[in-house]
Amino acid sequence: MERVPILKLGRTLFVSIQIDLQDDSVMRLQEDLAAELAATGATGVIIDITAVEIVDSFIGRMLTMIGSISRLFDAETVLVGMRPAVAITLTELGLSLRGVRTALNAEKGLELLGGSA
Amino acid sequence: MDELPIASGDDVVRVRQRVRVVAADSGLSLVDQTKLVTAASELARNALVYGGGGTARIEAVTSAAGRAGVRVGFSDDGPGIADLDLALTDGWTTGSGLGLGLSGARRLVDEFELTSKPGRGTSVVVIKWSR
Amino acid sequence: MEIDGSQGRMAAYMRDHQDKVVGRWCELVAAGVRGRSSAVEIRAELEDLYALVLRVMAGADDQAVGELRAVLAELSGSRARNGFTPREVALGVFSLKDAVYELVADSADLVPEYLSFSRLIDDLGLHTFETYAAAREQIIADQAAAMLELSTPVVRLWDGIIAVPLVGTLDSARTQLVTEKLLETLVATGADHAVLDITGVPTVDTEVAQHLLKTVNAARLLGAECIVCGIRPQVAQTIVSLGIEFGDIATKATLADALRHALTHAGLKVTGADRA
Repeated sequence: MERVPILKLGRTLFVSIQIDLQDDSVMRLQEDLAAELAATGATGVIIDITAVEIVDSFIGRMLTMIGSISRLFDAETVLVGMRPAVAITLTELGLSLRGVRTALNAEKGLELLGGSA
Repeated sequence: MDELPIASGDDVVRVRQRVRVVAADSGLSLVDQTKLVTAASELARNALVYGGGGTARIEAVTSAAGRAGVRVGFSDDGPGIADLDLALTDGWTTGSGLGLGLSGARRLVDEFELTSKPGRGTSVVVIKWSR
Repeated sequence: MEIDGSQGRMAAYMRDHQDKVVGRWCELVAAGVRGRSSAVEIRAELEDLYALVLRVMAGADDQAVGELRAVLAELSGSRARNGFTPREVALGVFSLKDAVYELVADSADLVPEYLSFSRLIDDLGLHTFETYAAAREQIIADQAAAMLELSTPVVRLWDGIIAVPLVGTLDSARTQLVTEKLLETLVATGADHAVLDITGVPTVDTEVAQHLLKTVNAARLLGAECIVCGIRPQVAQTIVSLGIEFGDIATKATLADALRHALTHAGLKVTGADRA
């Protein structure tokens, strides 16, 4: 099972999704993230999906859940790097990513987090 | 035509990858490829999770007018769907429907055919045409 | 297309007099196309067609029919793209009837077979016309797509603020194109504000509003805020009477208002310059 690395920069945690996540790695990621949030007191989470070609309801649920987990630890989540084709497909699908803010890239995502701190 | 088994999460990934290749070869635009692969991912996952596993059939097709397209069929021998109307209800934001994402998948493709009977499994065939 | 086995006799007769019939056929066709194809080209094409027609009539192999239809479709498609008229294209096929009639005119016993043959040619002529029409429609569709592409510019109003002037009816195809261009520009420029100017959109009904909404949502997923401007008074009335809700999407009357809103949102201010 592949473990998604979580990087810490200041008060923000970075998660870059590079591969097709399966059920067990998704669970693992959520557990690891909760552990990191608890241990570090981070106030922001940036999920980079630049490398993600497909966001279906499974991935959508994962992203929403990560948003919820973060909020439990009083941290905000920003989704960055969504590909245009994915954005268009998601709006057609009507999938709403509740509780997750979005930004064009990691840099803007940080600005977003910084502003609301 | 490619016939792929759907028995695990990795199989779902394989179906996605194969559909992507066939769609690209058929000349579908990037957005259309993404829509089709996303719909296929949705349906493959359904077959796995609700159908107890199944099969995907992927093939390049040509319309009567000569347009290229991709047909993907999913079949499983699972419990089947009792209420087709309910299954096709928008379940995304309202929480109604059966949460099978069928209505969403339908919006992403050009042709959508769903056959299912309780106890007789489910079959979904979708087609996306190039523009 | 029915393959009449009794056409075997006719086929044999036509094969025996191939040179004469094809020659006459070429004359008739050449007269129709008025010099746009050379005699050599015409001869080559018609000889191939003749051979295929004979195979079909002899009923010997199943593939002949498919091949014949394919060759005719190919020919009429190319004629369509090269500006031949429908009549010229169809005449190419129908004139074979005349050529063959001249051959069998004096043989009364071949009349029933000639009738079957004539039906076959009619069917082929129709098929040719259908494929010609389809090819022309494809050309029109391609041109429409090209025009669509040209009429969807995305302009940069200011750092981080882009504008999309929408002109014409906002249907599903155009919305998709607009959205794609908008998103590509967002990625390329790193803009976080997009102004959708609908001054040039004649009607805004529930369907158009839904399309706009999809575009706005897609832009939001890329972190950009959208402002819809160019809402004309009549359009405003329609929107309200249809009960369309724009929710939390900012809407302004003019592009200037939208720009002012975006600048404020971006934390920018326009002040008068000191003139010395």
